[in-house]
Amino acid sequence: MPEKNFNITIIAATLLLITVGFILPGWLTFLTISILAKALVVVGVAVLMRGGIVSFGQGLYYCIGAYAVGLGGKFLGITDLLGLMFLALVAGLVSGSLLGLLMKRYREIFFAMFSLALSMILFGVLSKSQLLGSTDGFTIVKPTILGATLSTDNANHAIYIFACLLSGIVIWLGQRYLRSPMGFAGEALRDNEVRVEYLGVAPETIIYTKYLIASVTASLGGGLMALTLGHIGPEMAYWSQSGEFIFIALLGGTSHIAAPFVGTAVFEFIRTFALELAPNAWQIILGVVLIFIIIFFPSGIWSLFSSLKEKLRSGESGSPSKTPSVDLKKGDS
Amino acid sequence: MTLLLAILIDGLIYASWLFIVAAGLTLVYGVMRILNMAHGSFYAIGAYAAASAVGWYFTLGLPAWGAFAILLLAAISAGVVAGLVVERGILRILHGRDEVIMVLVTYGILLIFEDLIKLIWGIQAYYAYQPYGMLGRSKIGGLTFVNYDLILIVVAALIAGALWFGLNRTRKGKLLRAVIHDRESAELVGINVKRLFITTFAIGAGLGALAGGLAAPAIAVNPGLGIEVIVLAFAVVVTGGLGSIEGALVGAILIGLARAAAVNLLPEIELFVIYGVMTCVLIFRPHGLFALPTARRI
Amino acid sequence: MNPILEVKNLTKNFGAVVAAGDINVDIYENEIIAVIGSNGAGKTTFVNMVTGYLKPSSGKILFEDADITAYPPRKVTRAGICRSFQIAQLFPELSVLENMMIAFSLTASRWPSVLQPLRNNKTAENSFTVLKNFNIDMYANDPVASLAQGVRKLLDIAMAMVSKPSLLLLDEPTSGVAIEEKFELMDTVMNGVLQSGASTMFIEHDMDIVERYANRVIAFYEGRIIADGPTAEVLQEPTVKEFIVGEDIAHQEGGGLNA
Repeated sequence: MPEKNFNITIIAATLLLITVGFILPGWLTFLTISILAKALVVVGVAVLMRGGIVSFGQGLYYCIGAYAVGLGGKFLGITDLLGLMFLALVAGLVSGSLLGLLMKRYREIFFAMFSLALSMILFGVLSKSQLLGSTDGFTIVKPTILGATLSTDNANHAIYIFACLLSGIVIWLGQRYLRSPMGFAGEALRDNEVRVEYLGVAPETIIYTKYLIASVTASLGGGLMALTLGHIGPEMAYWSQSGEFIFIALLGGTSHIAAPFVGTAVFEFIRTFALELAPNAWQIILGVVLIFIIIFFPSGIWSLFSSLKEKLRSGESGSPSKTPSVDLKKGDS
Repeated sequence: MTLLLAILIDGLIYASWLFIVAAGLTLVYGVMRILNMAHGSFYAIGAYAAASAVGWYFTLGLPAWGAFAILLLAAISAGVVAGLVVERGILRILHGRDEVIMVLVTYGILLIFEDLIKLIWGIQAYYAYQPYGMLGRSKIGGLTFVNYDLILIVVAALIAGALWFGLNRTRKGKLLRAVIHDRESAELVGINVKRLFITTFAIGAGLGALAGGLAAPAIAVNPGLGIEVIVLAFAVVVTGGLGSIEGALVGAILIGLARAAAVNLLPEIELFVIYGVMTCVLIFRPHGLFALPTARRI
Repeated sequence: MNPILEVKNLTKNFGAVVAAGDINVDIYENEIIAVIGSNGAGKTTFVNMVTGYLKPSSGKILFEDADITAYPPRKVTRAGICRSFQIAQLFPELSVLENMMIAFSLTASRWPSVLQPLRNNKTAENSFTVLKNFNIDMYANDPVASLAQGVRKLLDIAMAMVSKPSLLLLDEPTSGVAIEEKFELMDTVMNGVLQSGASTMFIEHDMDIVERYANRVIAFYEGRIIADGPTAEVLQEPTVKEFIVGEDIAHQEGGGLNA
């Protein structure tokens, strides 16, 4: 899709979502914010996956973002929505840029395991720190908006609008990144690291960039989630939370920057109903779907859209759709 | 001095448990290149099977020592059966896929088992405390230890010895080592890889379940056990070097002692220390202490 | 005239195995050198050491008077030595043009842009020019995975040319290509390479190709250089005839099995 069309679509979608917000019932407003918050984290997971890297520890930054918001309110006395979210951004950026120096050397299974270990360290530290409520975590008061104290409902609505704008900006920037030389370099890296190295660019540079993007989007998502839920706890850094993000990334697919948003929406809606209908079978559904996607649908839900669009455009499915995704089809040997 | 002794023995007990869990995981990775997340499920299945079998056994009024045999039998057979189902049912189809993909697939299997366990055993906790107390206590250097825990060290040592013997002194074991070190050549030489995979996976699953069974008398067997355990096992095998049995042993001892030191000296950092050890090792040896060789690409 | 590449006493051991022993080579501007030797003679090990993929056990590599012995591949590339591979190293899920554009944008800077689009007219134009030079511009929009072996080889070499190297190392440019296509392929390669004025060293098993394109030949045997000089002289040397040329004829006859 040409640049201009994309920009218009993004602006239109963001405005539409904001407008719809005025008629949404409270629970749906809440659900939508959670979807946007989680999708932001998943965007980062997908960006890493496009470089052939799977992080089993994005919960780390999700949690860092949330605690940045929580601690900012608790100890620094910051109450403003924008101030708190800025804090989450900075926390993600700083921690990501430091740990990225370490992580950029790792690949494949070692990256997965190392990222998992780092998030479990944070989980361990937070669960034992009494000052921060140990395993229970602590509650967060609703933020003020541009200095004004609002009722809970209005505050939620303000967070909703902010979440829509933030998502729009992230998608726009993300799309520019994926189309840039650095973005393509990520795909190139997944395809063939040797060649990238022999073109004169350090693979570490490419991975570092991806890692930084992923840590920032994850901490923004975490901050947003903290403000919505009004409560945070160490379980945000637990590895099964990171597993959920990977699951959603695979569900949505990684071929388009907006795919994580579709994936998260589908995921959250199914969960909302599945937990009511079959609370003890939810994880069975997840597991089966995960394996099903990996075997039959390596490009995720988004591939349904793109192949449909291709069919509409060409009249037949002649050209092979070459949607980049994490290396699902290739064997190792 | 007493403190040091406490750390040493506590550490060894914990290390023994870690090693039994990790041995199966690393064996399966070494032979099949599958870092099996569902190993946590085998552990949980072993624990549940042992706990319910022991509970049932004590209702029969038979001699109490028989409970140990029942415990081992229930855990291992449940694990082996679950392992065979997983290998034949799913993994077989995906043989040779990318390693990270296999982590994700086995993650899916872990999720499925989490709920299956709840559906089979319910969500209430199971206790099989009898065997834990039956063996009494011992005093070592002024400290009291539960004999059951001490025997765990012996069991771990036996398993380590058996694995060493099996891999180094038997024909089958030598084949396994050939596969671990050079798959392609092993396949060319005509080793029946399929049969080897089934056997290995069954042994791995059995070991995981055995660890769960042995732990069952000392803990409350709850849902979520598998999810909790698998990351600890990961920490051990990644520290030691994926696929290496010696690595798993050294990793388990390292992490076991570090945790015992933390528990006795600074309980706040207990969880931190396990992954801290792993992180430190990975920083200096990115592929763990005993890394397998990698192939040249160009 | 000073050599552009000086290799001094280069040695590589894998455990007790000497993959390359005490190699001394000088390469000058405008040379076209063929490296011959049977499989396992140390040819690729030599190229891998010069381009930073393998660390030499001892010895020195000087390029344009700078010591590049410990350089990683990316620094070797930036210094002006590029290479191709026995098995073409491409980005199989992307198109030929995308492969080329990535090559251009990555060689342009060590820190590729994060927000500017990769696809722009200038990069596309440059990419097409190179593709034309190597006679593969008609495949521009095909995914690499669908290409024939020979086209892949050409793309591999074309990508190595993007950063305008002063020394080009080609690892068996004609391997995996049918015999009747080898000369055509080499013609295209040499045509593309000569325009750039880079000194070229290529590993080759086919003596007809060696005779036709190289003005100097280096012969490897069991990790060592046993002959180095003008093509006609080296190919006539008895040791070379005995150890390499003869073996390679045998190697080609049984080639179907070894390929």
